[in-house]
Amino acid sequence: MILQRTKGYKIVMLWLSKKKFQPFNFQKETWQHIINKESGLVNAPTGCGKTFSIFLGALIQFINENPDDYTTKKNIGLQLIWITPLRALAKDIGRAMEEVIVDLGIQWRVGIRNGDTSTSDRQKQKRNAPEVLIITPESLHLILAQKNYPELFKALSIIAVDEWHELLGSKRGVQVELALSRIVNCKKSMVDSPLTIEHRINRVKPICIWGISATIGNLLEAKQVLLSPIKREGIIIKAQIDKSIQIESILPDEIEKYPWSGHLGIRMAEKIIPIIEQSKTTLIFINTRGMSETWYQTLLSIAPQLAGTIALHHGSIDPELRLWVEEALHTEKLKAVVCTSSLDLGVDFRPVDTVIQVGSPKGVARFLQRAGRSGHRRGETSKIYFLPTHSLELLEVAALKQAIKENSLESKDPLQLCFDVLLQFLSTLAISDGFISDTLFLEIKSTYCFADITKEEWQEIILHLTIGGKTLEQYDEYKKIAVEDGVYRITNRRMAMRHRMHIGTIVSDALMKVKFLSGGYIGVIEEWFISRLVPGDVFTLAGRNLELVMLKEMTVMVRKSSSKKSIVPSWMGGRMSLSSNLGKVLRETFNKALVDESDIEIKSLQGLFLLQKCLSHIPRDNELLIEHIEDKNGYHVLVYPFEGRQVHEAMSAILAYRIGKILPITFSISMNDYGFELLSDQPIPIDDSNVSEMFSAENLLIDIQKSMNNSEMAKRRFRDIAVIGGLLFQGMPGEKKKAHHLQSSASLLFKVFEEYDSKNILLRQAYQEVFTQQMDEVRLRIALDRISKSKIVITFPTQLTPLSFPIIVDGLNRNNHSSEKLEDRVRKMQLQLEG
Amino acid sequence: MTAPVKQIINNNTFWLSPQRCIFWEEEKTLILSDLHFGKTGHFRKNGIPVPQQINIEDLQRLFDQIIFFIPERVIVVGDLFHSHNNDELNLFIKWRNDFPTIPFILVKGNHDILLAEWYEKAGINTYEGIYNLSNVDFCHDPTEKLLTENVNFIFSGHLHPGVRISGKGKQHLQFPCFHITEKMLILPAFSKFSGLSFAKKNKQIKIFAIINQSIVLIK
Repeated sequence: MILQRTKGYKIVMLWLSKKKFQPFNFQKETWQHIINKESGLVNAPTGCGKTFSIFLGALIQFINENPDDYTTKKNIGLQLIWITPLRALAKDIGRAMEEVIVDLGIQWRVGIRNGDTSTSDRQKQKRNAPEVLIITPESLHLILAQKNYPELFKALSIIAVDEWHELLGSKRGVQVELALSRIVNCKKSMVDSPLTIEHRINRVKPICIWGISATIGNLLEAKQVLLSPIKREGIIIKAQIDKSIQIESILPDEIEKYPWSGHLGIRMAEKIIPIIEQSKTTLIFINTRGMSETWYQTLLSIAPQLAGTIALHHGSIDPELRLWVEEALHTEKLKAVVCTSSLDLGVDFRPVDTVIQVGSPKGVARFLQRAGRSGHRRGETSKIYFLPTHSLELLEVAALKQAIKENSLESKDPLQLCFDVLLQFLSTLAISDGFISDTLFLEIKSTYCFADITKEEWQEIILHLTIGGKTLEQYDEYKKIAVEDGVYRITNRRMAMRHRMHIGTIVSDALMKVKFLSGGYIGVIEEWFISRLVPGDVFTLAGRNLELVMLKEMTVMVRKSSSKKSIVPSWMGGRMSLSSNLGKVLRETFNKALVDESDIEIKSLQGLFLLQKCLSHIPRDNELLIEHIEDKNGYHVLVYPFEGRQVHEAMSAILAYRIGKILPITFSISMNDYGFELLSDQPIPIDDSNVSEMFSAENLLIDIQKSMNNSEMAKRRFRDIAVIGGLLFQGMPGEKKKAHHLQSSASLLFKVFEEYDSKNILLRQAYQEVFTQQMDEVRLRIALDRISKSKIVITFPTQLTPLSFPIIVDGLNRNNHSSEKLEDRVRKMQLQLEG
Repeated sequence: MTAPVKQIINNNTFWLSPQRCIFWEEEKTLILSDLHFGKTGHFRKNGIPVPQQINIEDLQRLFDQIIFFIPERVIVVGDLFHSHNNDELNLFIKWRNDFPTIPFILVKGNHDILLAEWYEKAGINTYEGIYNLSNVDFCHDPTEKLLTENVNFIFSGHLHPGVRISGKGKQHLQFPCFHITEKMLILPAFSKFSGLSFAKKNKQIKIFAIINQSIVLIK
């Protein structure tokens, strides 16, 4: 079928020209493939009609199939599922879709389904499905938890996955993969069953899957992951839209020679006030939720005239408040919004004309995306200001500029074998229509994530759910999924209800609700943070100072506080690592230090570089710098691979382990994106004679495993896994007392499994995740290979160097690693405490 | 296991055991708190597959301690059981029948919600609030008021006290511990399936940490 000759195309084009829109070529291309019943991936940045590329395609297809009665056909069932990672997106996408539908006189309805959808709306959607459903991955799983869910999909022809680059590489992406495989397969089985004519008609309507993704380094793989369940090659359509980007650094008046992360940024807050005032609307991106709270408070106190026109937006704030902020952005009620990655995604906020990035964006793709938040119209330049939180970050800007010039973007690596998500998914199916083990196994295997799952692993998963372990125990009443006539089901209503509540919780930690004593919900906060506070302590959330009164079940009761001093929570999720792309360009940028000062950023760092050179050495991209520094805190060894926090975490653990083989020694380890520090109370034996062995890639696998034994990494990973895998409950309304007896913490469960069930599949996953994601064995190996070809420069500075300072100060992220016996260590600590 | 550590309180001798309990020499009494028996069973019954082994080992440890100290009575200062009845408690009953002659005294804690008949069947004498023996009081979770008004020394539990030890080089480790003040001793949770809570340190509190198999006085 040639697109241009179809009725649908003509009608849509007429509508577009009335609106004075001119379709992009990539949109037309997509429409052609959609009417050809192809699947694929549309690669387009935000703000250039990516939604229409697929939505209008679906309408064209519908009009073509119903040329005579497309304006009168009603209640035809769900046609299009639109998966979006963020609730905030749903409303705007829905609005845009409804406008077209109304103008064209089509009788489609657009439904939105997410955590905010009311129960009555959900019921309506169940009885009488809308033709378009905009939904989050979690809510899609909730639909799979309803009885007779396959009914809903019988007329379905397209599933669109928006912002696929954001979902890919995350567990929510795995949720999408699993949901896709289920929907595709339950439709297939409907087609196969010769029951009704209706079903047979559907045979001609296979499901097409379309992803929408911003540019990432591995688009091809992104497409493969998405289309894996339908076993199609598919097509990639690229929008050739060049947007020019202008980057301007906000330079501090004086460049500190000892950069201290997080410390400089807020001092420069005054410098952004004129920028905010000269712009229509400004988005200020802050890397962590904690810092965004601080920024919001600071801006209000230095520019009180902004009160009422400035807002705060991050993932821990009450969703209603967040929605209000987004709404106010559209209607131009706000001058500025301080936000985190929570506003990374989303349809365009048209009024936004200025973006300020505070601190390193950690990656090229992210930076580009944020820059693209401003100046959406065709031909407009996106302008982004960069405000460093410590002076060395200026170097990153120079690196970013270079990377953008070279168009070197990061890849998003898809996850594999996430057993926690699988366990959750199986429970989901078990509370709706149940599943048959062998059939589902093949279906699961059709996804990219579980392509390599073995029969044994599957068996273990099933046993985990049915008998709670590998063997039946005495005196045990384990209950979750039961098998009846080969169908696995959860029949206990309370358990089913609890699981439904649980599905949305792919989060970074067990979260606690924060409420005023007098009533009123403020937001959520991580349990581990609260557990460190005692009643009377004051902390900041959603821009308010709150005094902790007490903990009640999973709720933190607070009252307003007028105290000036407060603790700003540092959220664990906020620590992103520098990408390997940016790391590489950054190393190359060091070559320019004191040599090529054409970049204003490099020039402004002259003083710092001179001091670094005088005390130690400026590493070039073919060198690895190691510094030995002794001070009153002990003996520091600093290593600067510039590979990002994540790789440094692994590399430092391995280095610590390898040194520990020479002599018993205890380290504490700190790191940032540039390098890492080993700190000990005794001299650290690393010098020219052994340094190349220390960084050798030989025996890497064994050393990784051994160095991990004493490490906290798996425990941190386990927090996520325990929540998703259904080991941790948040409690539920009406069942508070009971759920209370089911409360435990991830760290306690981790300890218990380590000691009593070390082969547990979820525990193994925690270690596997450390290995593949945290340790990133592949990247680590590449880094070590690079180091082995580099010249290693060891220096002995007499005092802290500019490069070392931020790492030593940024001791937040620390890992204990010891080859000494526990008791010895404690005695040693005690001696120190006494002395 | 290394040897228990002696503490003199009220001119009586108490042995702090690294197995998270105390033996009172003069009264030949074993004192424990927060055993939370049936916790793994309760979790498992609700679809959370924690290993049952932990419950069994807790029971075995208690058995070992009884064999070692040969007490004439056992006092539990609360949270002997975790929640409602479940099959794991049958294991407890079975085990209890091996020591029918040793009286079990339970000063009820917030988790002890089983029916009166059940305790009777299990041969456990229960008390609400405070139980007294030779000028020593036993209470699960003493209130501030009680602490100031009460004249006797109090043994309690509930808090699952723990201690964080930090040293040079930003190292942190945490351990269960005994808290001893002039008027009160807080026992660590006997169950290994339990978390820790941390109080602010002050000079009035003597802290005995349980580090691996030994008891270490933290200064």
